[in-house]
Formats: sequence, C-alpha cells, structure tokens
Amino acid sequence: MDKAPSLIVCEHCDTVYRRQPLARGEVARCAVCDAVLERHQWLGVDAQFALVLTGLIVFVIANVSPIVSLSLSGMTADTTLWGAVIAMWNDGAQIVAVLTALTLFFFPLAQILMHGWVLWFARSGLRAPGFRQAMSALVRVKPWSMIEVFMLGVLVSVVKAHTYFDVVPGPGIWAFGVLTVLVTVFASHDPRNLWDVTREIRT
Amino acid sequence: MSELPRARELGMMGCHVCRLVTAYTDDPKARCPRCHSPLHVRKHASLARSWALLITAAIFYIPANAFPIMRTQSLFDKDDNTILSGIVELWRAGSPDLAVIVFTASIVVPVLKFLILGYLLVSVQRASEWGARRRAKLYRFVELVGYWSMLDVFVVAILSALVHFKVLSRVEPLPGVVYFGMVVVFTMLAAMSFDPRLIWDKRKSR
Repeated sequence: MDKAPSLIVCEHCDTVYRRQPLARGEVARCAVCDAVLERHQWLGVDAQFALVLTGLIVFVIANVSPIVSLSLSGMTADTTLWGAVIAMWNDGAQIVAVLTALTLFFFPLAQILMHGWVLWFARSGLRAPGFRQAMSALVRVKPWSMIEVFMLGVLVSVVKAHTYFDVVPGPGIWAFGVLTVLVTVFASHDPRNLWDVTREIRT
Repeated sequence: MSELPRARELGMMGCHVCRLVTAYTDDPKARCPRCHSPLHVRKHASLARSWALLITAAIFYIPANAFPIMRTQSLFDKDDNTILSGIVELWRAGSPDLAVIVFTASIVVPVLKFLILGYLLVSVQRASEWGARRRAKLYRFVELVGYWSMLDVFVVAILSALVHFKVLSRVEPLPGVVYFGMVVVFTMLAAMSFDPRLIWDKRKSR
C-alpha cells in the first residue's frame, strides 16, 4: 500500500491537506468544516515525559489520601475515591461502581502508564515494544477518562454536604485539582505525533 | 470550498488511529500499514448503530429522571431525591451557581445530545445540504460535552461514601443513578458511532 506521510486528512469531513510546519501557538484548521487538524506541539518529548511522571505521582496521592472529611457531633468520616466505589458497590449500584472505577481509576491509570512507556523510549527516538498497541489504546481510552468531571462532582458534593455537616477538604482534593490541570495540558497535545518523531527499533 | 480535494475522491484514506494517509482499498479486512488498526472509508453501519444507541439512551433517560437517584436518611426523616429535586435543593440551600452547573450537566446536556444527534442523523438520511459547516460544529459540540453528564453520578457516589453515620445520617444510591450512568455511556457511544463525514458525503449534487 502506498503511504503519504506528508498529507493529512481531516477526520471530520475527509478533506486532504498537505501538512504545514506550525509555529508556536498555531493551530491548523480544516477550511471546509473548521475542525482542528493539528496543533503545534509546544512540549518536547522530555517535557512530556516529565509531566507524565508528575501525573503518576499526583495520581497516587489522589488515590490514597482522603478527598474530603465530614464531621457531625463529634464523629468524623472521610472518603477516598475507592471509598466511593466500594460504597456504590455495597449499596446495590454495582454498575455505577464499575463505571466509576473505570473512568476515574483504570482508564486514567492506563493512560498515564502507556503514555509514560512510549515516551520513555521516544526520548531516544525509538518506538517502545508494544508501541503500536499502546498508541491505538491511548486514542481509544481518551474519551472515557473523566477526572475533570469528578473534580466538579467533588465540589458539588462539598457544597451539598456543607448544609448539614462541617466539611474539611483533604489532600486528595488538591491532588485531583492538580491532575485536572495536567489532564487539560495533555488534552491540547496529540500523542499521535510520536509516530513522526520515532523510528522502529532495529534488532 | 467544494474544490478542495477529499480523500475518497483522490483514492486515499486516512487511518483513524494514527492518521497515516494510504491508498484507498475497499477490502473490509484492510489494516493500517503503520499501526495495524482496521481501515475503513466510513464507520461501519454508522447510521443504524448511532440510531440504536441513541434510542436506547432516550428510553433509559425516562427512568433516570423518574426514579430517585439518592436517599438522604437522618434520625427523623427520609428524603428521596430525583435529579431535578436535587437541583432545586441545591438552588435553595446551597449555591445557585452550582445548581445551574448541575442542571446544565444532567438535564440540558443529555437533552441537547438527543436533539442534536437526532437532527444530524435525520439530516444525513435526507441528504440535506443545508448548513453542513454548522452541523459539523454541532457534532463536535456533542462530542465535547458528552461526558460532563456523569457529574451527578459522581456526586451520588461521593456522598454515599462520605455520609455514613450509622443510624444518624446516611446517603444511599437509588436505581435512578444506575439508569443515569447508562444514559451517559449510551449517548457517548451513539456520538462515537456517528461518522461526521456523512454530513459532507450524502449531498445530492456537487
């Protein structure tokens, strides 16, 4: 099959363009349907790797530390993300428990690990073992990772609970806040560019 | 605008997963030479799958709103909240701005998704030529906002875990929240099955 790496096809309307080098801050848009074709990749591979590593550390903190704690006449209660998953499971909402665990734990974790793995090799211009599978999995998993939504959910819960209880934010809430920022930075970054900057490992 | 070349007319196709552009093939088993993902010119049975998922989501949306999503229990009273009554309570007792956010995420976004996706599907089937660019933008809007409807599901999950003071005070999830979670998943799948290129394909004349 013939390949044409200098061309790019708009995913939303099928129009073909010749790829142009983009300057900092530039976004290539489709002239027909106005969808984003490509963004300037303002972070180098090393910087991306550093961010993914930060993401992993923050993710661990977000998952082990309490998000918020409540107190009611001398009693206190707090919860982590997994506390919420377990509570849903025990209270008869198993489907929601699974959905929550997938969208807030397994998918984001898989994203961080796979991205870190391919970037670690990409730092020396190489394609990691399993590069192909990891890259397509990254594209597919992306829409199902919902850290940002969870962050807003925590805020709404805090306000709701505040009517009846004293609410104290825990370290988890800050970790999720930082994760939301990191996720947003990554959302403006297309991992598919790694195909262009890496080459197959010769054995 | 119409003079810009489109991949199908040039005998090319782009890979969905890695974006490599290759020569056109109608082999249904064709795979991208670079990332080995299945290649197809248009998403398979896009309209039928998208309709099926959208209708499923719309059916689930009825119990999602009719059934309560959580129960707040204290020593003296028991209070079942639906999505809508939760929003009203948030408006009265909490903060109106958050009530607006929750209302947008759990009522406005799903309803907009039903309407917009339904409209896109009908307009593609009728080979409408009107406002293709605007419809393309509507589709991207639907894709972008879809998952924010999980907001209330996560709120119920957090509160159920947090408010667990034995008999004194408890929050429990109720079936409505399960239906609501399913609505979000099905609308997301429906939006993913829709192929926006159909907006530009099915026009009657060139």
